Amino acid sequence: MNATSIPLHRSSARIGLSLFGLFVLLVLWSLGIHVLGKSMPLAGALSPSDTFHSLYDLLARNELTRHTLTSLKRVMVSLLAALALGVPIGVAVGSSRALDSSTSGAFQFLRMISPLSWMPIAVMIFGIGDAPIYFLLTITAVWPIILNTSAGVRQLNPRWLLLARSLSATRGEILWRIVVPGTLGHVLTGVRVAIGMIWILLIPCEMLGVSSGLGYFILDTRDRLAYSELMAAIVLIGALGFLLDALAQRLHRHWVPAGTD
Amino acid sequence: MSKPTPMLHPAVLEASHIALSYGHAGRATNVVLRDFSLQLKAGEVVAVLGPSGVGKSSLLRVLAGLQTPDNGGVRVHGESLKGPHPRVGLVFQDPCLLPWLTLEENVGFGLDFRHQPVLDAKTRRERVRDAIAEVDLQHALGHYPSELSGGMAQRVALARCLARQPEILLLDEPFSALDEITRGDMQTLLQQITARHKTAAVLVTHDIDEALVLADRIALLGGQPGGLIGEWRIEQPHPRDAVAAELTRVRVEIVQALRDARRAGSPPAELQRAVA
Ligand SMILES: Nc1ncnc2c1ncn2[C@@H]1O[C@H](COP(=O)(O)OP(=O)(O)OP(=O)(O)O)[C@@H](O)[C@H]1O
Ligand SMILES: [Mg+2]
Repeated sequence: MNATSIPLHRSSARIGLSLFGLFVLLVLWSLGIHVLGKSMPLAGALSPSDTFHSLYDLLARNELTRHTLTSLKRVMVSLLAALALGVPIGVAVGSSRALDSSTSGAFQFLRMISPLSWMPIAVMIFGIGDAPIYFLLTITAVWPIILNTSAGVRQLNPRWLLLARSLSATRGEILWRIVVPGTLGHVLTGVRVAIGMIWILLIPCEMLGVSSGLGYFILDTRDRLAYSELMAAIVLIGALGFLLDALAQRLHRHWVPAGTD
Repeated sequence: MSKPTPMLHPAVLEASHIALSYGHAGRATNVVLRDFSLQLKAGEVVAVLGPSGVGKSSLLRVLAGLQTPDNGGVRVHGESLKGPHPRVGLVFQDPCLLPWLTLEENVGFGLDFRHQPVLDAKTRRERVRDAIAEVDLQHALGHYPSELSGGMAQRVALARCLARQPEILLLDEPFSALDEITRGDMQTLLQQITARHKTAAVLVTHDIDEALVLADRIALLGGQPGGLIGEWRIEQPHPRDAVAAELTRVRVEIVQALRDARRAGSPPAELQRAVA
């Protein structure tokens, strides 16, 4: 009956429902393999039991650690590069109406181009290796960060700026004490979107002439005809993506008190 | 105390011949104030009373150094004002708290800014604690603005201003968004604080009772464009009761002056615009 029992009850119900959803997914997966098995003898290697068995083996033998860490490093480096580029651009665009109108068309145009279309050009410019991957992932992530940051700056309460002005704040103080904390929520929303997009694009990018990472590992299992390991990698990719998104959500909740947006 | 005596510096804040208008280039401008002067003595509380839209907030922004008038100027301690003054504190109509800071951090906001008087961290902390104690919110130091009621939030805004130990308070209808009971409490609190610290204050309001209860002097703004249409000195001791006979007499005079100004002056702003 007390106040705390209500949210507790709700959140456990939510976890229960989401576990149930995962269970249904598992059942559908098994059914699919069962149906497929009638026409394709290899399908057995794709079944949940073989997959989890391989996943357990791979993790126990530490074979995925290097690939996972490499992939996560690529995510982080590109995300930081996108932040370093996107936040200042977003602040500038959000604070100047002229800059906003003059860039919005170009940004919408560039944003709609699948980053993968740049792949040949990236390889031409940066050669083969990590550099084109960083480039592709950074331009993937930079748009949501620019757009969310500039929206955040535009929604800043003008009275907060008046308050800062009444305290004789310098430009730097206005930037660091009002603009940055006041837009942090929007930037973190942008980060969350960016992480999702990077994670999706990372796998095809890692199929580009590199020798580590989860995308590379998928090509490798295909070449070795190790299909249950391939499925294990897919499950791992889904799980890591889920965790990254949960992490971004946690950051948002931790850093942004209610009412800031 | 080492405060300059009133004789040497008759006014802590002096606004002379303020004229103010808004408008776009080429278009007829909206003249808000034509010629307004005000002298605020040390420790004095002046209420600037006037109907909505007469230009009270604009006037206060000018007094705060946030807006440059078309004509005339503002002096603080005899020095002409070029921007916000560190000894002048401003409280807005809404509390304007920063939602990402706790109550305590909100009260301390700005104390460490470069153009503010230099204070060491310990003094800053003491100032913040003292200001919070003054508005009686010690129990809520770590709360965020979203967790505060309207009255509490406005008390935090007042504390943020007091932490800078201002000599002059500028208040723009600070209690008009509060319910009547809370408003009464806040008025009492403000009266006690200004009396205790001998803070001078300009209180902008459209509430005649508020002006009667708090002010040593009432300056009535009216007309189109706005100007001073009457002035009253109130000498009743605090705490006051707005329905006391003496105050009731002033109220009647104020209402009468507003009515006269409307009749004598040009038609109301909306009408003028419709004709133009
Ligand atoms: N930034 C601005 N740009 C253009 N016109 C303005 C601006 N601020 C105020 N005005 C105009 O100046 C006049 C006075 O406005 P002001 O806000 O100073 O009045 P007020 O007496 O504070 O009214 P209220 O009691 O409703 O707060 C109004 O006609 C308003 O339209
Ligand atoms: Mg106003």
